Amino acid sequence: MMRETDARLLDTNRVAPLGEFGRILKRLNLDGPLLGGLLLICALGLFVLYSAVGENMRLLVNQMVRLGVALVAMIVLAQFPPDFLRRWTPWGFAAGLVLLVLVLTTGEVGQGARRWLDLGVRFQPSEAMKLAVPMMAAWYLHDRSLPPRFGQLLLLAILIVVPTILIARQPDLGTALLVAASGMIVIVLAGLPIRLIIALAVLSVPGAYGLWQLMEDYQKQRVLTLIDPNSDPLGAGYNIIQSKIAIGSGGLFGKGWTNGSQAHLEYLPERDTDFIFAVIGEELGLLGALSLLLLYMFVVARGLYIAMQAPDTYSRLLAGSISLTFFVYVFVNTAMVTGLLPVVGVPLPLVSFGGTSMVTLMAGFGILMSIHSHRKLLPH
Amino acid sequence: MDLLSPIKDHHSERRLFIARVALASTIGILLLGGVVARLVQLQVVDYEVFAEQSQGNRYRIEAVPPTRGLIFDRRGRVIAENLPAYQLELIPEQVEDLDDTLQRLAAMKLIAAEDIENFKELSRSGPGFKPVALKLRLTDEEIANFALQRARFPGVDFQPRLIRHYPHGEATAHAVGYVGALSKADLERLEQSEYAGTNQTGKTGVESGYEAALHGDVGYNNVVTNALGRRVPADSRDVVDALPDNVTAAPGEDVYLSLDLDLQLLATEALRGQRGALVAIDPGSGDVLALVSAPSFDPNKFAVGMSTSEYSALQNDLDQPLFNRAIRGAYPPGSTIKPMLSIAMLETGATNLQHTTMCIGYFSLPNSTHRYRDWKPEGHGEIDIVNAIAQSCDVYFYELSVDLGIDNIHRYLDMFGLGHRSGIDIRGEHRGLVPSREWKQNNFSGYDARWYNGETVIASIGQGYMLATPLQLASAIATVATRGERYRPRLVAASQNTVTGERTLYPPERLDDIRLQDESHWETVILGMHEVMQGAKGTARAAGANAEYQMAGKSGTAQVFSVAQEDEYDEDEIEFRLRDHALFVAFAPLENPRIAVALIVENGSSGSRVAAPIARAIMDEYLGYGDDAGN
Repeated sequence: MMRETDARLLDTNRVAPLGEFGRILKRLNLDGPLLGGLLLICALGLFVLYSAVGENMRLLVNQMVRLGVALVAMIVLAQFPPDFLRRWTPWGFAAGLVLLVLVLTTGEVGQGARRWLDLGVRFQPSEAMKLAVPMMAAWYLHDRSLPPRFGQLLLLAILIVVPTILIARQPDLGTALLVAASGMIVIVLAGLPIRLIIALAVLSVPGAYGLWQLMEDYQKQRVLTLIDPNSDPLGAGYNIIQSKIAIGSGGLFGKGWTNGSQAHLEYLPERDTDFIFAVIGEELGLLGALSLLLLYMFVVARGLYIAMQAPDTYSRLLAGSISLTFFVYVFVNTAMVTGLLPVVGVPLPLVSFGGTSMVTLMAGFGILMSIHSHRKLLPH
Repeated sequence: MDLLSPIKDHHSERRLFIARVALASTIGILLLGGVVARLVQLQVVDYEVFAEQSQGNRYRIEAVPPTRGLIFDRRGRVIAENLPAYQLELIPEQVEDLDDTLQRLAAMKLIAAEDIENFKELSRSGPGFKPVALKLRLTDEEIANFALQRARFPGVDFQPRLIRHYPHGEATAHAVGYVGALSKADLERLEQSEYAGTNQTGKTGVESGYEAALHGDVGYNNVVTNALGRRVPADSRDVVDALPDNVTAAPGEDVYLSLDLDLQLLATEALRGQRGALVAIDPGSGDVLALVSAPSFDPNKFAVGMSTSEYSALQNDLDQPLFNRAIRGAYPPGSTIKPMLSIAMLETGATNLQHTTMCIGYFSLPNSTHRYRDWKPEGHGEIDIVNAIAQSCDVYFYELSVDLGIDNIHRYLDMFGLGHRSGIDIRGEHRGLVPSREWKQNNFSGYDARWYNGETVIASIGQGYMLATPLQLASAIATVATRGERYRPRLVAASQNTVTGERTLYPPERLDDIRLQDESHWETVILGMHEVMQGAKGTARAAGANAEYQMAGKSGTAQVFSVAQEDEYDEDEIEFRLRDHALFVAFAPLENPRIAVALIVENGSSGSRVAAPIARAIMDEYLGYGDDAGN
C-alpha cells in the first residue's frame, strides 16, 4: 500500500483532484486538506471574533492582516526542504537560547513579565522556541537508533528543560508548558519506553511540588482559584465563573451570533483573547463548539497522517510533534475556559485575537506541508 | 555519532512511531472527551442554572473597600484620619471612547492633560468594572460644573469616598509617610482581590510599613443590575433572596505611634528653613519619640493626588524634600562617635583614666610630616580622656587611634549598631558605613586596597569613609545612655482592632547588650559628655546652661567632601553647600535616661552652636521643662 502511495505522488504529471487550483497548491508545496482545515478554522474564528470584539471592524481587519502574515510565513516555510531545515536546526536552537537569555537580562517589561525583545521589531523569542525545541530534539534523534537509550534521554531532557526554565522565569508559564510539551512529545514519539512514561507520570507529583515552589504568587492563585472559584469572586475566580455562565447559558444551539449577553455586556473578561471559546459556547452553543473541535481534530489527524508518511526520522518526529502540540493547545485552552484546568494563558489557536502565536502556529504547519510535499525528493 | 550504536532499522522505527501515534491519539481522544463531557454538562445538564444566571435576574458583585485604620501619636492625638470627599471616577467598561472622554475631561480642567496616558493605562490594566479614580478630591465648584455636563460623560461620575488626611502635614510626613494612588507595580506586589475596591495604598513610612494592619479586608456587595449592566434597586423579594450573601468589609486596625506629636512639631519648627534631620529615642524601649527630616513636604498632596508636573517639581527640588534624611541620609558622623570610640579605647586598654596626651594643635604619624590638625589651632595642652571628650580634642583621639587600630574601631562601632540597618519598622533605611580592612580590600584595588594608618587617624574623628544616619547615631547614643542596653528602634507601639476594641501592645524588642569588662568605663565617658554641656570648658556649655536637670552631649562637625558641581548653581550657593555639617548627640537625664537625641543640620558649620541648642530644646520639652511647661 505504501509503495502504491509513493508511486502516485511521484507522478508529478498527475492532475490533483482540485484541477488548476490543485496544481497551484502543488507548485507552492502546500497540502490541500491541511490548508482547507486551517482556513475553515480561521474563517470560523474571524466570524466569532467579530462578535467578541464588539463588532469592531477595525480590530477585525487588524486580525485579518495578522492572519495574512501568518499564511505568508506558512507558505515561505513550506518551500524549505526538511533536509535544509534539519541542517540549520542546531544553529537556530542556539540562537533561540541566546535570545532567551537576552530577554531575561535586557528584555522589555510588559504586564510584570519580561517577554519581549526589541531587535528592530519587537518579538517574543519564547514563541520561536515552540518550534526550535522539537526541531532540536528531532535533529538529535535523527541519526540515532530508536528507541533512544538512557544517556540520550538525559541529554534530550537538558535540551528541553533549559529553554523551558528560561521561559518560565520571564515568567510565562503557559508558553513554558507548551515548549516543554512539544519537546516531550518528540521523545514519546521516538519510543520512550512505556515503563519510563509511567515512572515520569508518578514522578510528576514531586515535580509538581517543585514547580509550585517556582511559581509566582499570581500563578499559584490561579491554581487555587480553580479548586474553588468562589473563594475569590472578584479576582482570579471571576474569569472562570463568568466563562462557565457564558458557556452554560449557550445551551445546545446558542443565543445566536452577536447575541451573547455575557460577552456583549462585558461580564466576560478577555473574551476576544484567551476566553474566546466561551463566546463560541454562548453564541453558537454546544453545536458550534463541537464543530470547531471537529475542525481542530481534522487538522491534527491530517498532521499525524503526514507524520506517518514522512520518510525520515527527523521529519517524522517533527511533524508528529507539531500536530500533537497543536492538539495540546486546543485541549489546554478549552479545558481552561470550561474550568477543567487553571487559567494558564494559552490562546485558542488561530481564533484568539493576537498575532505572535498565530505566526508560529502557521509556520509549524508550513513545515508540515514541506515535509509532505518534499517527500519524493528524498532517498528512501 | 558513536560506532557502537545499533544500526538504524527504519521499518521497526516506523512501526514504533505509528504505535506511539496510536497511543497519543487514544490519550488525546480521552482528553478531548473530557472537554466534550464538560461542555455537555454545562450546556445541557446544567443549562437552566446558567441560563438563569445569565438571562434572569442578573447581579453583579461590587467590592466594598475597607476603611483604613487611623494613626495616633503616643498620647492618642490624631496623625492620620479619613475625611469624606467627592471623587471623580471612571468605570472603563462603561466608557465608549476612552481617549475622547479623557481629552474632554482635561479640557474641563478636571484632570491634567499630561496624565491622560497614565489613566488610559490604568483603565486597561484592571478589570473593566473596577472604577479608576481620576481626581480624589473635587471642589464644590468642580462638582457643580461636572454635574451640569454629566450626560456627556457616560461611565464617569463622582462618588463620595473617604480620603486620607494628615492634620499635621509636613511635620509627620517622613515618619508616617503617605498613601498614594495604587500603581500597577503596587498591584503586582499586593493581593489583587484584597484591593479590588481600594484606590490607595501606603507608599512610605508607617503607612507603608504597616499597610497590612491599616488596610483591612475587602467586602462584597451583590447588586442587581438591569439588562444593560446598570445598577437598579432590587424590586422583589425573589430577587433579593436569590442573591448570594454580602460580605462586610473589615476595617483596618488603628495604629498607635511611639512618636510624641509635641516633640515632632517642635523639631519641625527648629529645623524650618534648614536641611537636616532629627531623631529622638526613648533609650529604655527603642520608642522613636521624634523623627523629622527637613525640608519636608505636604503628604496630603499625595493623598489627594497631584499632577505629574507637581510631582516632578518635588522630585527635582535641589533640597530634596522627599528624601528622608533621618533614616536614609548617610553623613560623616564627625566627633559624635568619640563617646563610642572612648569606650573602645578604655576597654582595649589603649588608654586609661590617668593617661594624658600633649595636644599642640596638630598630630603627625611617626616618619611623616603630614599634620592632622586639631579644630583648636593653639592646642588643648596636657589633656586626659574626660577632657578630651568635653573639649573634643582631636589630637588625643588621633594619637590613641593608632594604638587602638582600625580593627578595634570597627569591632566596637559595630557593636553600637553603626554600619548596620537599625531594623526600624519602616522601609528605606541606609546601612551607613564603618570601614574595615576587609571592606577596603573588597572595594578598592591595587595600593588603594590596603588600609593605611592615616585612614585610621581620620576615622577616629568620624571622617574619611565613615557614614552614619541620624537614626543610627540616636540609637548608638541611647546605648551609651542605658550603659549598654540596646533596643530596636520602632515607630509603632500598639494597634487596636476597631471592631472589637481589642488593643495589642507591642513589647519593646531588646537586642544584644554591650557588656563591658569594666562597667565604670560607661561612667567615664558619660562624665565627659556631661562636661560637654554642663562643664566649665565644654564645647556646648552655652546650650547646656541654666538647666534644672543633668544632661550629656557631644558635638560633631563634619566636612563636606564633595558637592555635585552642576552649572546651574551660583557661586555663593556652592560655597554655602561646602560648609561643614553641624551634628549633635545628647541624652538626659544622666541617671535613668528618658530621651536620646541625634540631629544634623546640613552646612550648619558648628555642631555646638547650631545643633546643640535644638537638642536642648527637645530634651527640655520632653522632660517637662519646655516653654509651656507651666501650662
